[in-house]
Amino acid sequence: MIYKSVTEILEAIKKKQISATEITKEYLKRIKASGDLNCFITLTEDSALNRAKEIDKDISKNNLKPLSGLPIAQKDIFCTKGIKTSCGSKMLDNFISPYDATVVDKLNEAGTIMLGKTNMDEFAMGSSNETSFYGAVKNPWDYEYVPGGSSGGSASAVAARISPCSTGTDTGGSIRQPASLCGICGLKPTYGRVSRFGMIAFASSLDQAGLFTTDALDAAVLLKEISGHDPKDSTSSTVEVPNYHDYCINSDKKNFTVGIPEEFVNDLNDDVKNSFYESVKILENIGCKIKKINLKHTGLGVSAYQVVAPAECSSNLSRFDGVRYGHRSKKSESLESLYRESRSEGFGKEVKRRILVGTYALSAGYYDAYYLKAQKVRNLIAQDFSQAFEKVDLILGPTTPDKAFKIGEKMNDPIAMYLSDVYTVSTNLAGLPAMSIPMGFKEGMPLGLQIIGNHFDEKDILKLSYLYQKETDWHEQVPGA
Amino acid sequence: MWETVIGLEIHVQLATDSKLFSSSSTNFGSEQNTQASIIDLAMPGVLPVLNKKAVNMAIMFGLAVDAKIADKSIFARKNYFYPDLPKGYQISQYELPVVYDGELEINLDGKSKTIGITRAHLEEDAGKSIHDLFDGESAIDLNRAGTPLIEIVSEPDMRSAREAVTYLKKIHSIVKSLGISDGNMEEGSFRCDANVSLRKPGEDFGIRAEIKNINSFRFVEHAINYEVGRQQDILESGGAVNQETRLYDPKKDETRPMRSKEEANDYRYFPDPDLLPVEITKKQISEIKKSLPELPDAKKERFILEYGLKNDDAEILSSSLDLSEYFEKASINVSSKFQLLANFILSEVVGLSNKHSLDISKSPVTPDEIAKLVTYVSDEKISIKQAKEVLNESWQNKTNVDKIIKSKNIEQISNIDLLSDEAKKILEKHPKEVQDYKNGKDKLMGFFVGQVMKETQGKANPKALNEILHKLLKGE
Repeated sequence: MIYKSVTEILEAIKKKQISATEITKEYLKRIKASGDLNCFITLTEDSALNRAKEIDKDISKNNLKPLSGLPIAQKDIFCTKGIKTSCGSKMLDNFISPYDATVVDKLNEAGTIMLGKTNMDEFAMGSSNETSFYGAVKNPWDYEYVPGGSSGGSASAVAARISPCSTGTDTGGSIRQPASLCGICGLKPTYGRVSRFGMIAFASSLDQAGLFTTDALDAAVLLKEISGHDPKDSTSSTVEVPNYHDYCINSDKKNFTVGIPEEFVNDLNDDVKNSFYESVKILENIGCKIKKINLKHTGLGVSAYQVVAPAECSSNLSRFDGVRYGHRSKKSESLESLYRESRSEGFGKEVKRRILVGTYALSAGYYDAYYLKAQKVRNLIAQDFSQAFEKVDLILGPTTPDKAFKIGEKMNDPIAMYLSDVYTVSTNLAGLPAMSIPMGFKEGMPLGLQIIGNHFDEKDILKLSYLYQKETDWHEQVPGA
Repeated sequence: MWETVIGLEIHVQLATDSKLFSSSSTNFGSEQNTQASIIDLAMPGVLPVLNKKAVNMAIMFGLAVDAKIADKSIFARKNYFYPDLPKGYQISQYELPVVYDGELEINLDGKSKTIGITRAHLEEDAGKSIHDLFDGESAIDLNRAGTPLIEIVSEPDMRSAREAVTYLKKIHSIVKSLGISDGNMEEGSFRCDANVSLRKPGEDFGIRAEIKNINSFRFVEHAINYEVGRQQDILESGGAVNQETRLYDPKKDETRPMRSKEEANDYRYFPDPDLLPVEITKKQISEIKKSLPELPDAKKERFILEYGLKNDDAEILSSSLDLSEYFEKASINVSSKFQLLANFILSEVVGLSNKHSLDISKSPVTPDEIAKLVTYVSDEKISIKQAKEVLNESWQNKTNVDKIIKSKNIEQISNIDLLSDEAKKILEKHPKEVQDYKNGKDKLMGFFVGQVMKETQGKANPKALNEILHKLLKGE
């Protein structure tokens, strides 16, 4: 049992070639051997083994669920009942969630075994996983490099094959960017496809839960289980959930019309450009028709994002006040100092920066100039996409402008850090689904190909990825192998 | 001469079973924090889900005040820090409230006036901070956090404290008639903020002070009157009123500054991304319209037509649901003497309930008992004076009126033969006075009445007795 995909693991368990306990032990062993990566904030070894035993019992009674026995890592942004849920912050270092997030609930219900909670940028604010209270996560391809963020722990763990799959969240690229930098698949579904209940909010109108896997079929299998309307989340959609896996395998569709936005490819460096156009060639060979398109407001995406996301975050993070749970300063003497000291001590620098920016953007006299204007830009960006989707089925580009950067390289340059999201934020602003899949390497570090679909068209994104992965083996490359 | 300008913001707790955005109970008086779910506690990751019943109740109110109902309404976050506000923001409405552009006619001293209603929006209540439970520490009770409210904002159309109270009472009566609130002011289900300013007639509005959280009709009147006096003193001595928030202290009957404009929060309102816009269809509105119960104005018309009441009495009775219900319950057992019943309730029963600061719905004397008293008066079994005495005693001792009448033996003698016999006896006893009376000493009539009353221990029906004496004295 070396590097198995989710579908292979499920098949092996179904055929009783391996037990849930055996596979869980195997992954726990790998996690422990990979301590330097710093992928996990909390390892839930005991509960994982207990649960594996229960699942084995169920399996022996032929009570098989869709994901029975599948080990999974949960980003520490998802609330897990009875288990520390830190969101990568000192603020919640002492927080034991009293309830399960809907995503966690659904995955448990489907038979998965949680290995632990993965490291992340504090409150999902960051693109390198360096803002975590629990320290930077390393990129398994080279420990000097960042894995990307904010779902860095989840991406690094799957890339290092210490977990077959993991969950993530994506507000401006927090799944796709680390997937790209770690050489794995990262799927951000349509806004509303997956419930946000129990996912600690960063920017509510942009946040979306998603997945990391090594290949597209695995993502297809998992997506079906976490999707669907949740009565606890008013913004979750009632659109029917298809069987993504069967669609990938069975549909004959392959002559997709694929649009390439000029704005995504104009300024690429040679390595990224070459990898990208090689991928385009592969898609053409499959039968896709390539079309040049324009998304002319793309350039405004990061700016609009950097107003909307902090604005929402400044409000969402107000509940962390040291009153009911979370960090409470010992220095507090009055109500005001309780707030001030608890929040000063509990939040890191990047979180504070965004709270300040967001508070400012919503202030009386500035609201129209910042928040309202950003919302207008957001509408323009969404319009660009909907016009594009009248002509094309899917949109293609590189996920990130470049390979991973070194740990520490951009920490003092927030603008440079924010720009690593340049190709990913606009899909969040438009609420569209997108996926990053491996498309090659630059100087030994992975590069990602981003496929963007129309609303609720995850199935065609997965199908195209599946077709591409039948022709390529980038996704089978394992770091250190 | 200063003109007083008043606008009211009324907070009405809606009578839903569960909270505005969670399934927790809204029951009053439960043990602290037992009605606070993970959503009310604002645990990380939780999301609000709108209670649609509250929206329907807001629509009902809108229809009752001839307001426009938004076809699309939006919830917004009002951001500020306070320990009894767990999320650090209150979910309220800012732009696009459910109800806007309404009006209400009020009647005071025989004049009617229309008060504009700017808007009524839905919002969640905060929890309660308790400062006197633990020494040096504050406690938080989140049972109330998330309870649905509508905030009804009036135009600055009122010109006196009495007008403001009349408007407030009418709104109170409407929300109770609609069944959308219990209107309980002591429990905080119905409370108001008053914006008060003064100006010279014809000039622009003056600078206003906002008096927060007043929870009784009487306090509203007192608080506004105090505030008017205070502002008048300032303005007349050449000073300027501060734009500020003030608190009314009923014990000292004064308002005190709470926070100034400079200290006011910037609430940073923005649309709540966790909630979808509320779409309200024409069909939904017309269905709610059909189900609306009778409102005070319609009730007043009916009281005039059905019971033949005087306009003013119908107005007062219909302006309060408690009062009109009390009247109607009593009216079932009163044949045709409705005006007498109305008079008796409005002067005597209302008088007692005001004196004891008790809601008339909680009166210890039931409408049935009042009906009996009024019937006895109209049948001339007892006098109106006796009826008042019986009512007082019944109110105090909670004994039924028949028992009191029996025990005190105060049933009125209206039997003409009986009264004639008594009167004859007295006249025979006092031939000199009879002669004097006949010689023009009219005053002596009182003497004869008094003598008969004495004989009958005051039980003689005075009206009948008068007639009998007149007849006897004329005949002789």
